[in-house]
Amino acid sequence: MMAFLSNLVNGISLGSIYAIIALGYTMVYGIAKMLNFAHGDVIMVGAYIAFCAAQYWGFPPVLALLVAMAVCTLLGVTIEKLAYAPLRQATSLAVLITAIGMSYLLQNLALLIWGANPKVFPDLIGLGSIALFDGQLVVKGATLVTIAANIVIMVALTLFTARTKMGKAMRCVSEDRGAAELMGIHVNGTISLTFAIGSFLAAIAGFLLCSSYPVLQPTTGSMPGIKAFTAAVFGGIGSIPGAMVGGVLLGVIEILGKAYISTELGDAIVFAVLIIVLLVRPTGLMGKATREKV
Amino acid sequence: MSVKQKKLIYNLVTIGLVAAAWLIFTLLLNHDAGVPRKERILSSSMKDQLIPICCWIVMAVSLNLVVGISGELSLGHAGFMSIGAFTGIVVSGWLLNGFAVEDATLRLVLAMVAGGLTAGIAGVLIGIPVLRLRGDYLAIVTLAFGEIIKNVLNCVYVAADGRHLNLGFINNNIAGTMLLNGPNGAKVKTIATVNAGFILVLITLVIVLNLINSRSGRAIMAVRDNRIAAESMGVPVTKYKMMAFVTAATLAGMAGALYGLNFATLLPTKFSFNESINVLVFVVLGGIGNILGSVISATALTILPEKLRFLQNYRMLVYAVVLIVVMLATNNRTIRAWFNTLSERLRPGKREEAKSHE
Repeated sequence: MMAFLSNLVNGISLGSIYAIIALGYTMVYGIAKMLNFAHGDVIMVGAYIAFCAAQYWGFPPVLALLVAMAVCTLLGVTIEKLAYAPLRQATSLAVLITAIGMSYLLQNLALLIWGANPKVFPDLIGLGSIALFDGQLVVKGATLVTIAANIVIMVALTLFTARTKMGKAMRCVSEDRGAAELMGIHVNGTISLTFAIGSFLAAIAGFLLCSSYPVLQPTTGSMPGIKAFTAAVFGGIGSIPGAMVGGVLLGVIEILGKAYISTELGDAIVFAVLIIVLLVRPTGLMGKATREKV
Repeated sequence: MSVKQKKLIYNLVTIGLVAAAWLIFTLLLNHDAGVPRKERILSSSMKDQLIPICCWIVMAVSLNLVVGISGELSLGHAGFMSIGAFTGIVVSGWLLNGFAVEDATLRLVLAMVAGGLTAGIAGVLIGIPVLRLRGDYLAIVTLAFGEIIKNVLNCVYVAADGRHLNLGFINNNIAGTMLLNGPNGAKVKTIATVNAGFILVLITLVIVLNLINSRSGRAIMAVRDNRIAAESMGVPVTKYKMMAFVTAATLAGMAGALYGLNFATLLPTKFSFNESINVLVFVVLGGIGNILGSVISATALTILPEKLRFLQNYRMLVYAVVLIVVMLATNNRTIRAWFNTLSERLRPGKREEAKSHE
């Protein structure tokens, strides 16, 4: 029972990281209608920056995280302006390939700057572990912080999109870009803002991911990126609560699948569940079905 | 020139180019075989790349059938290649160990046929659920299947014990000569030949070009352009989507078998999501729906990273920049307009022809 609870908590924690990454995918998809494959690599950059800030420059953890957030936000907006904005009218596949090129570019830049050898991410959260039920259930500090961060981000983002003017502008652009433009919404600015928020969250995700799984190398971001993308689709791409539900469920399924079914087949189980969900609900758990007309 | 004639010329040029390349490389290889290393025309790295290039051409052309002609974004094409590769390795090893088939050509042909068949069957099984979905959801499910195939093959052990094939799943404690060794991959007796590669490319081109220009091909493209309109005209949507998907899977399986039998060791993790993406890059850069474009871009982009080796660590960086710049340039209006005026100037007849049609 305790082992199950422990796995469940770890699953929710991993799922929270997926959820935070998935938000970046889902928001960008909702507004720019593109799959930003470079998102996973922004996470990796964020983790490296936090690592350097803490390890080499001796910054305190909070400052290291802030530096990582600032760099990633800037990076996200720059990528959007340089590579994606000129392709606004192009086919979605052209944008997809550009995003893949960007992903290669970031990975190889990281390879040149930081080298191929994995770096061990220091324990920046440093809360130790908490023992519950007479020490039968040990929960790491990083796990709790991850789950808490996820909840805070979700609440903040929901309020942001529902209440603020910029959030409303984002929803408008996502619903109908042309109409939004006619209503005087600054579409390009809104898209940049979305990339900024997504990349900002990516920095947090990178920090949390490496706090729980402390191996840092240029490919660190790719697999979590793919999983988070899966999570976004799982929840219904374009939907913010969907990303949260999809991310957490995916994390829980992955950890429980690895613990109780087969360690080797963990990833296969995750993807099999995704396929089954999409067959039953072809637009994901919370996605809106669109009606087609000729 | 009528549309029909134009298509015929396009097809003949495509097939002719490959046939000419085959002829040239056969001559070069024959020339190189008899002379000392210094006088060889083909470098050894170029020679080693011929078979992989043929495999990637087949992959690109077959993926183009799905992405360009049938209009479904597939992100798991390497999964079919993987199935074909490992089936091919098992069949080839089994024939050698269990039936003492010494003839390498026979083994290669049987391995490729078997690889194509299993990948085709996998294509049917995967196509049934996948083709019910649309757009990005379809893309993600193909991605998921690709990852599942990779993950499952990582756990499969096959050994040939005389004429028996022993299978193990996760459990590697099986008797006989190991053919597949789970995550340690397969040790392969390489039997792939350049001729087989070129023949496979030619077969692929004939199949795909014929399919595109047939009644079925027109139905597939009608479904791509407007599914609902096509359906209301009586085109069975699922049947034609399936036809494109399974054909592509079969061809990818054959390419996989050839690819697998070309390297001394092969790991299941080789056919990851990145390989699927690479093939997609070939298709998009060559032009979506353009078969000749796929052939050229698959060749160029397989050679390019090798030719960039002198850049050492900057190699993949340059590749990434080339990819982004090409995408930006081909989608830039000013550059496009410039190219259009250029082609009009070079072929002055075209404008009048266009006008007379109006």
